[in-house]
Amino acid sequence: MTTVSIARPLFGRRRTRNPMVLGLVRHVLLIAVLIVMLYPVVWMVAASFRPSAEVMNSLGLFSKNYTLDNYKQGWSAGQLNFSRYFLNSIVITTLSIAGNLFSCSLTAYAFARLEFPFKRVLFGLLLATMLLPYHVTLVPQYILFNELAWMNTYLPLVVPKWLGVEAFFIFLMVQFIRTLPRELDDAARIDGCGHWRTFIRIIMPLALPALGTTALFTFINSWNDFLGPLLYLNRPELWTVSLGLNSFLDVTGESAFGSLFAMSTLALAPIVGFFLVSQKLLIEGVATTGLK
Amino acid sequence: MKSTRTGREGLTAYVFLSPWLIGVLLLTIGPMLYSAYLAFTSYDLLSAPKWIGLDNFRRMFTADPRYFSSVKVTLVYVAVSVPLLLIVSMVLALLLNKGIKFLSGYRALFYLPSLMGASVAIAVLWRQIFGSTGLVNQVLSLFGIQHGSWVGSPGTALWTIVTLNLWAFGATMIIFLAGLRQVPAELHEAAAVDGAGPIRRFFSVTLPLMTPLIFFNLLLDTIHAFQAFTGAFVVSRGTGGPTDSTLFYTLYLYQQGFAELRMGYASAMAWALVIVLAAFTGFLFLTARRWVYYGDER
Repeated sequence: MTTVSIARPLFGRRRTRNPMVLGLVRHVLLIAVLIVMLYPVVWMVAASFRPSAEVMNSLGLFSKNYTLDNYKQGWSAGQLNFSRYFLNSIVITTLSIAGNLFSCSLTAYAFARLEFPFKRVLFGLLLATMLLPYHVTLVPQYILFNELAWMNTYLPLVVPKWLGVEAFFIFLMVQFIRTLPRELDDAARIDGCGHWRTFIRIIMPLALPALGTTALFTFINSWNDFLGPLLYLNRPELWTVSLGLNSFLDVTGESAFGSLFAMSTLALAPIVGFFLVSQKLLIEGVATTGLK
Repeated sequence: MKSTRTGREGLTAYVFLSPWLIGVLLLTIGPMLYSAYLAFTSYDLLSAPKWIGLDNFRRMFTADPRYFSSVKVTLVYVAVSVPLLLIVSMVLALLLNKGIKFLSGYRALFYLPSLMGASVAIAVLWRQIFGSTGLVNQVLSLFGIQHGSWVGSPGTALWTIVTLNLWAFGATMIIFLAGLRQVPAELHEAAAVDGAGPIRRFFSVTLPLMTPLIFFNLLLDTIHAFQAFTGAFVVSRGTGGPTDSTLFYTLYLYQQGFAELRMGYASAMAWALVIVLAAFTGFLFLTARRWVYYGDER
């Protein structure tokens, strides 16, 4: 029996329980999956630093002639102007984050801490809007913003955030505030704090992790947003990075993949950067609340 | 005394709620009702909506082959990519579960793509990877296999979008992983003592305990998949081609509503989707009692 299990350690009748071997197999599997997943992105970043003649015809990452030419050409290719697009994306993203923090924290405090008529009905409504596909409001909102003459402004992209349209973040904050001990509120009340002061001085500082998670996911969603800007921003000077990249493909076609990759790399850089500094908060946010 | 106090608290509460209430009324409920009305009209944004009864729906179901293509493409996409996403997420969560070294590093790297998957930059990269001279074909040619453009051929274009969705499985995996850590070790030990092997233990112990999370991910990933847009738009350059093979529902709705300015027809399409998703959600919640295990019930 023993000889059999030595000769065929993985497939013998008695399964070997050697943790070293099993651990190694698992690491090999995981690393193989990771390479398949991440290699294209790494390859794109490497390709963006190669001279344009070398961009497409190599599977590898290395070159003797690394250069920044693709970045210089891509940054202001044709009529495109990526300084402008990045600035626009930063403005929209910042206003969106501020809006979500404002509206979601106020709403969440009311649901988590206050008693008011129709509370259960309204909370049910909140949960229902989380599952609602955005299509059903897409057309009428477009008509509304068109009537308001908000076309080619950032208002259609930003104002909904100030009005708490992204219900998932409200839900996230309600869940978080509910875990904070009520005794803190009571103590504040005894010291003469009203609801506003309790909200600002007690609850908000303690809810920082939830606020941080909301800010990060709002950043990623509005930085990546494509359909919104596509609908509401027609003038190139208002475009976001997403729109700029998309029209890059129209303007240059497949001929300028070097600069296209360079600009794609820059578009992804802020996401990866924020991820690196806050990955713990992000992953906890996903694991505990199911945010995606 | 008490009633005035709760009355004041109620008033304060509605002040806190006011931004959200305005949003729900003006940006969600109002628009929903308006689009329900528009679904029965013909409206091009320039002249007033004209009531046409059920004509939009009649056209959708009997006289618009492209609508049927978009339904077919979307259903195939959802039916393939959601189960695939759940299985891959579960398998990798299992691989990461039992006290593996470098767990946080692995977790972070697997998670990263799900932050980038919805971006135009990655869709641009996908268009290259699956193009005629892209990475995939370069790797295949190492093995002597010749293949044309994957995004350019009607038989394969949809599958490139499926892989794009699958690539971003990290968030789903993290949720499963968090759930696996809650599975009590004693249950596994008891099952092992009773002679259950690892596969039997997975199906009889782990899987039943994970059903609440499977339910959650199935619901959200399905709703999410029905709404896919950016990948298909960028990869097909907004056409849904080749030959409508990537004409996702949302993409067709966009074309009809905002390129052809058929606002009534687009509203009818949106409501058809809402009804299908509501039916799916209702079905899921109704069957949940049969297959989702909640520990404290019984």
